[in-house]
Amino acid sequence: MSDLLKVSSNPHVRSRVSTTSIMLTVILALMPSACFGIWHFGYRAAVIILISIATCVASECLFELILRKPFTIRDCSAVVTGLLLAMNLPSTVPYWIPVIGGVFAIVIVKMLFGGIGQNFMNPALGARCFLLLSFASLMTDFNYDGMTSATPLAVIKSGGEVEVWDMILGNTAGTIGETSVIAILIGACILLLAGIIDLRIPFSYLISFVLFLCIFSGEGVNETYIVAQLSGGGLMLGAFFMATDYATRPITKKGQIVFGVFLGIMTGLFRLFGASAEGVSYAIIIGNLLVPLIEKVTRPVPFGGKAGKKA
Amino acid sequence: MNKAIERLYNGLVRENPTFVLTLGMCPTLAVTTSAMNGLGMGLTTTAVLVLSNALISLLRKVIPNRVRIPAFIVIIASFVTVVQLLLQAFLPTLYDALGIYIPLIVVNCIILGRAEAYAYKNPVLPSVFDGLGMGLGFSFALTCIGIFRELLGAGEIFGCHVMPESYVPVSIFIMAPGAFFVLAMLTALQNKIRSVAASRAKTPSDRTEKPQGCSSDCEACGESGCAMRFYDDRSGQKQDTEKKQDTEQKQEGKQEPETDASGNGMKEVEKND
Repeated sequence: MSDLLKVSSNPHVRSRVSTTSIMLTVILALMPSACFGIWHFGYRAAVIILISIATCVASECLFELILRKPFTIRDCSAVVTGLLLAMNLPSTVPYWIPVIGGVFAIVIVKMLFGGIGQNFMNPALGARCFLLLSFASLMTDFNYDGMTSATPLAVIKSGGEVEVWDMILGNTAGTIGETSVIAILIGACILLLAGIIDLRIPFSYLISFVLFLCIFSGEGVNETYIVAQLSGGGLMLGAFFMATDYATRPITKKGQIVFGVFLGIMTGLFRLFGASAEGVSYAIIIGNLLVPLIEKVTRPVPFGGKAGKKA
Repeated sequence: MNKAIERLYNGLVRENPTFVLTLGMCPTLAVTTSAMNGLGMGLTTTAVLVLSNALISLLRKVIPNRVRIPAFIVIIASFVTVVQLLLQAFLPTLYDALGIYIPLIVVNCIILGRAEAYAYKNPVLPSVFDGLGMGLGFSFALTCIGIFRELLGAGEIFGCHVMPESYVPVSIFIMAPGAFFVLAMLTALQNKIRSVAASRAKTPSDRTEKPQGCSSDCEACGESGCAMRFYDDRSGQKQDTEKKQDTEQKQEGKQEPETDASGNGMKEVEKND
């Protein structure tokens, strides 16, 4: 009972949630997809994941050492960035690709803007787009079952038929982490149950994407087509793991819904009318850039305050 | 002649139009896909800059103050047309590579900026050297950016293969985003070099090397890129602020006390910039 008499200044109640615990949960949630990718694409996938994580951690470490900044390796955010970057690479890329991507993600996108929480763009996606623009042929060389094949989305785009069940299970060509919808959804459930993410961004993203497809694809309300579009490419991975990144999503609740709807429209626009079959990464990056604007517009009005009045 | 060298140094290093003043970003980002294009653009701009500075300086007593900007534009546009026709006749490959960016030299803010800030107020010879210094500084910066972009994006420098066969070109560097990356990195690098050089200049012997026309009164001096200012900020801060407050009270004695305080803060920010 003597403890109760201890006098201290506030705060008196502290949450046990820390950056490290959140990042560890995200890593745990990514494990199903990572394991499926390794099982599906073989040992190369595992090597790429390890190289990517090692590069991210090493470059954050070196950057902080050279600039004499405090070390932030222990919060595991570099591991998450490395893992997400590897999820977005095809298993056939040369081993120096994840090295360049990891350095770009950590040094250019994250550390130069002030480190964790200050980055204006998802580091893993920034690096993926950098690699995609730089090494277009290497980054779109998908290999599955020993032969080069097109991703289901590219097949749909060129008017071919796809097996929807294969796409949901993940028996298709694609990047390491994006193929299996089931594995991603298991991870998403872990995140939701742990309270790391909520459904605002993913649901508004997916629903607006489906609506966009129904209106503009010319297929009407065609379930097979919609399910194939939903489970193809990086949409699921992007909606649950990338768009919900704490540093690069809007803080306000209304803003998150606006953000999700914007991502859905942009993704639909890129997929239907763009030159390439995939558009999730570009959509999320553009959305990230608009976040300050969205937050400014959707700032909640305090009780008793007047809308539009400066606080 | 000292004035001429001072102007050249000013344009190339102290107020380098690209890395320090960040003027003329449109051609800087757009045409530096290779070292040759960067150099060509830089030298073309230099030619226009020198000629327009000379003519504007000659006409500075004739041009009425009110219509000076239209007058400058007419002079600059005439020289750009001359240079454009010459390029088309004698260097057609460069002309094709630079494309629309040659006529756009007319609206390059370095040229109009130098006309307004220097040539309109100064005699011909210093104005010519001012134009030459600024133009060479611009050419130097564009060539540097071009070299890095060409090296990383195509594995070449001035069209010669320098990277090993196994090098896979990072093609983003010859696209638009690469220009921003390279420009940002080079600007950061030169800022770093400047700050190192400024902190090295702490010994009193270096301090006596004052720029031309320096009256040792940093408060009254309008030179923004002066290394002496930088030095004064770093070490003699305490003594300096006291002195500055004194001079400021003398200078702004007529102003009300509260604006004086805020003005002081503004100066501080400006200096630490």
